[in-house]
Amino acid sequence: MSGERHHHPAPVSPVEQRVAALEALLTERGLVPEGFIEEITRRYESEIGPMNGAKVVARAWTDPGYKERLLADGTAAIAELGFGGAEGEHMVVVENTPAVHNVIVCTLCSCYPWPTLGLPPAWYKDPPYRARMVREPRVLLAEMGCPLPGDAEIRVWDSSAEVRYLVLPQRPPGTEGMAEADLAGLVTRDSMIGVARL
Amino acid sequence: MPVDGIHDLGGLQGLGRVAHSPAEPAFHDRWEAVARALMELVAGAVEASGGEFRHAIERMEPGHYLTSSYYEHWLTAAATLAVEHGVVTHADLEARAGGRFPLSGPVLAPPVTDGGPDVGEPRFGTGDRVRVREWHPPGHTRCPRYVRGKAGTVVRVDGTHSVPDVEAHGAARRHEPTYSVRFDAADLWQDGQRGVSVHVDLWDSYLERP
Repeated sequence: MSGERHHHPAPVSPVEQRVAALEALLTERGLVPEGFIEEITRRYESEIGPMNGAKVVARAWTDPGYKERLLADGTAAIAELGFGGAEGEHMVVVENTPAVHNVIVCTLCSCYPWPTLGLPPAWYKDPPYRARMVREPRVLLAEMGCPLPGDAEIRVWDSSAEVRYLVLPQRPPGTEGMAEADLAGLVTRDSMIGVARL
Repeated sequence: MPVDGIHDLGGLQGLGRVAHSPAEPAFHDRWEAVARALMELVAGAVEASGGEFRHAIERMEPGHYLTSSYYEHWLTAAATLAVEHGVVTHADLEARAGGRFPLSGPVLAPPVTDGGPDVGEPRFGTGDRVRVREWHPPGHTRCPRYVRGKAGTVVRVDGTHSVPDVEAHGAARRHEPTYSVRFDAADLWQDGQRGVSVHVDLWDSYLERP
C-alpha cells in the first residue's frame, strides 16, 4: 500500500528545529509549566476571535444606547459583553458612515485588539500592509477588494501606543428585521479592521 | 549612533502586494503556538517590559526580519532575551537545534538608569496643533519615522503610560500622557491622497509646540 508513506512525519524545517531547541532548554530549566502551550492554543483557537467583535458590532447596531456608550468608552462598553484583557485594555471604537471610512494598522509591529478580533492575520503583520496603508490607503483598499467612492474621507489609525482600535462597520441595507444574533453572523473580521465594507 | 530600524515600515515603497486572505487559523502550525508560548514564558522569567520585548524583535538583522514570519520574530526575540538574561547560551541553542540559531543584534543605546520625572498633566488638549520632534534615538521608540518633524492636530488625549523609550533599556520607568494626533496625508507625503488623514498615537515627550 503506497498510502503507508503518508504516515511519515513531514521533514522538520529549520524554524521548527529552533523552536524545539528553545522549548527543550526552557523545559529542562523548569520554565515551561505543564499544559501551558496547550492552554495558549486552546484559548486563541476557540475563545478569542472576531466572533467576539461581531457581537459588539451587532449590539451597537440594535441598541442605540449601547452604541453611544461604545463610541464614548470602548473599553467599558466591550467589557459589558464580557470581553477584555491583554491588548484590549484601552479600546477606541471608530464608526464608519457613508462619508467616512476608518481602517486600522500598526506600522511598527502588529498591535491589534486581541479580545475582540483574536490574533492578527499574517498579512496584517507583514511589511506590505504596514508600509502601504498609511501612504496610499485608497489604492490599497481598492486592491484588497474595498473600493471607496472618490469623495469618501479615509481615516487611518496607526496603533503606535497603548490604544487598540476597532472599526464599527455600517449596518448593511436590508437587515432591518434581523435579530442581533443573526446580524453578528454578517460581521466579518475584515470589516472590523476596515479593509472591507459590508 | 542613530538607529532607524527595519521594523519602522510606514510609508516604505517597493514591498509589493498584500497577501490578503479573508480568514486563517489562529496558528498555521503547532510551532507557531509554541513560539508564542515560549515568548510569554521568557518575558515573564526575565521580567521583560513590552518595550524590551519589541526592541528585541527590532534588533533582528534586517534581511532576516523582512523575510521571516511574525512567529519567527517572536522566537528570535525570545531566544535573544533568554541569552541576554543568562537563561540559556547561544551555544546551547545551536547545539540543540543542530544548526544556526540567528539571534538579534546587540542593544546600541546606553542603559537608562534614570527615567526622569513623570509627566502627570497633559501639555496639549484636543484641537491643539503639535509638531513631532525630528530626532533619531539610538534605541527603542514608538515614534514612527514617517511623522517625525511633521505637524498635526491632537484629536484625543489618552491616559498616562510608561514611555517605551525608557522601559526598553532598563528598570527605570517614566510615565507620560499619550495623544492621538491627526496628520493630513498631504502633510506627510508629497503624493498624499486627498481626503486622507493618518492618526498616530504619541507620547508627550515626542511632541513639541509647532
